Amino acid sequence: MQAYLDISHVGMSFGGKRTSVVLTDVSLTIQRGDYVSIIGHSGCGKSTLLNIVAGLLQCSTGGVLLEGKEVDSPGPDRAVVFQNHSLLPWLTVYDNVRLAVDKVFGRTKTRAERDQWTRHNLALVNMSHALDKRPNEISGGMKQRVGIARALAMEPKVLLMDEPFGALDALTRAQLQDTVMDLHQRLGNTVIMITHDVDEAVLLSDRIVMMTNGPAATIGEVLPVTLERPRDRLELANNPAYHRARAAVLAFLYERHRAPSAH
Amino acid sequence: MTDTPIKAGLSSPAFSLALPRLGGFARDVALRLLPPVITIALILGVWEVVCRQAGSSLPPPSTVLDTSWELITDPFYDRGGLDKGLFWHLIASLSRVAYGYTLSAVVGIGVGVLIGQSTLATRGLDPVFQVLRTVPPLAWLPLSLAAFRASDPSAIFVIFITSVWPVLINTSVGIRAIPQDYRNVARVLRLNGIEYFIKIMVPAALPYIFTGLRIGVGLSWLAIVAAEMLIGGVGIGFFIWDAWNSSLISDIIVALIYVGLVGFCLDRLIALAGRLIARGATL
Ligand SMILES: Nc1ncnc2c1ncn2[C@@H]1O[C@H](COP(=O)(O)OP(=O)(O)OP(=O)(O)O)[C@@H](O)[C@H]1O
Ligand SMILES: [Mg+2]
Repeated sequence: MQAYLDISHVGMSFGGKRTSVVLTDVSLTIQRGDYVSIIGHSGCGKSTLLNIVAGLLQCSTGGVLLEGKEVDSPGPDRAVVFQNHSLLPWLTVYDNVRLAVDKVFGRTKTRAERDQWTRHNLALVNMSHALDKRPNEISGGMKQRVGIARALAMEPKVLLMDEPFGALDALTRAQLQDTVMDLHQRLGNTVIMITHDVDEAVLLSDRIVMMTNGPAATIGEVLPVTLERPRDRLELANNPAYHRARAAVLAFLYERHRAPSAH
Repeated sequence: MTDTPIKAGLSSPAFSLALPRLGGFARDVALRLLPPVITIALILGVWEVVCRQAGSSLPPPSTVLDTSWELITDPFYDRGGLDKGLFWHLIASLSRVAYGYTLSAVVGIGVGVLIGQSTLATRGLDPVFQVLRTVPPLAWLPLSLAAFRASDPSAIFVIFITSVWPVLINTSVGIRAIPQDYRNVARVLRLNGIEYFIKIMVPAALPYIFTGLRIGVGLSWLAIVAAEMLIGGVGIGFFIWDAWNSSLISDIIVALIYVGLVGFCLDRLIALAGRLIARGATL
């Protein structure tokens, strides 16, 4: 059967004369509603892979198919949550999301519906209290919530998140993970998330894609996480399956594919 | 039992905090106002003492007040010809600045946006701009008089050509400094050219543009006062030159103070406009 998202034999090299090969032969299929994490050491090419799926980068070899259609440019059907939120600082929280809503649903929804949809998505991430605040008036965690609301509001086929919680403290991060997990449960969106955090990967994912070290990185191993949903971080602490998954990822990252010492 | 101490604990610091805060405010104002007041008093004092002496070629402040009293107190008189109050001269100069500066803002932002888009255009044109922007305002005047054969357009052109460079260069730098993240957001949303221009480019570059506009307005004012000395007619520059020709040194001093104050106000006006427009935007 045809996969929802099909990344097939993707390779990527940068530069003209002295080309550096970043990715080789990356193949991955993702089904609708899957939550897939990509984990790997810094610089191995995770962001590059995500940007190729987003269409922000063109891969050198191979290709990406979304619902059978080739991905060749960025678009709102593959909404991105950037690591540093990248909200527009001159717009309010509401207007940041509204900009996306107006652009994506300008033709199909009335003005009132778009207003409603903007508020609805901000409510999903519990940001209704700060509609008129500007990004520099809210905390890092709140900014990331708005970034997620903006991406969700586009009703993407695939939600792409590049280390969405990387810049947050542990408590805020846990709160946001719970929010994202809850939203995934309710909305059933297809998600690709890059992370550095093993616990985060195990907690959130259906599958964990582990990448080998660059240059010329590729997928080393894919670990299915079969823990039942909804998951609860406290209960998982005593769950042997959780610890087995965790140990498998750690073994991959720190035994078989240790970070190159030159860092 | 627990109620009382908490209440007392809350209310007494509130009271004791309010008083030093009020005192602090007064102190703040004093600390801000006193230094400039003292400085000005000192300058006036030294000036008075130095210029009081016999044989001094410049008048002391007391004499300035005395001889130019009408000029200071009645800026609005108009006896026809060039014999007008300072207000009319300043208005004439400011209206020239308004034309020249508006032109340089429009052209500077427009061309800056175009150039900022392209690395090649920036590389090619930047050296040219860097050289042209160092040409002193008055050096353009003969050329523009030759081109326009009339004094008003020449003066306006001098303002334009002096103040356009900082606006243009800053705008193009601002456009080039737009973070890749914002471009990526625009690409994911598939903003078209016009939407990108209005929704991303202009607001992102606004702080840079206003820095350029602020430098530009200062240069405009510099240029017009100098240019008017040579082209004549109603205007604060020629007023100063005329006063020098009639040996009215006190009038020159009064006019200089006005020139300084107007320049200061122009700068603050643009800064204020920038803050109002870009309120909340920290880049
Ligand atoms: N535009 C580019 N030109 C040349 N090389 C690039 C470019 N973008 C990325 N690279 C290289 O590709 C490699 C992978 O980069 P990438 O940002 O994808 O890594 P990453 O896995 O996301 O790292 P991190 O976890 O630190 O974010 C790096 O070695 C980087 O130097
Ligand atoms: Mg990265």
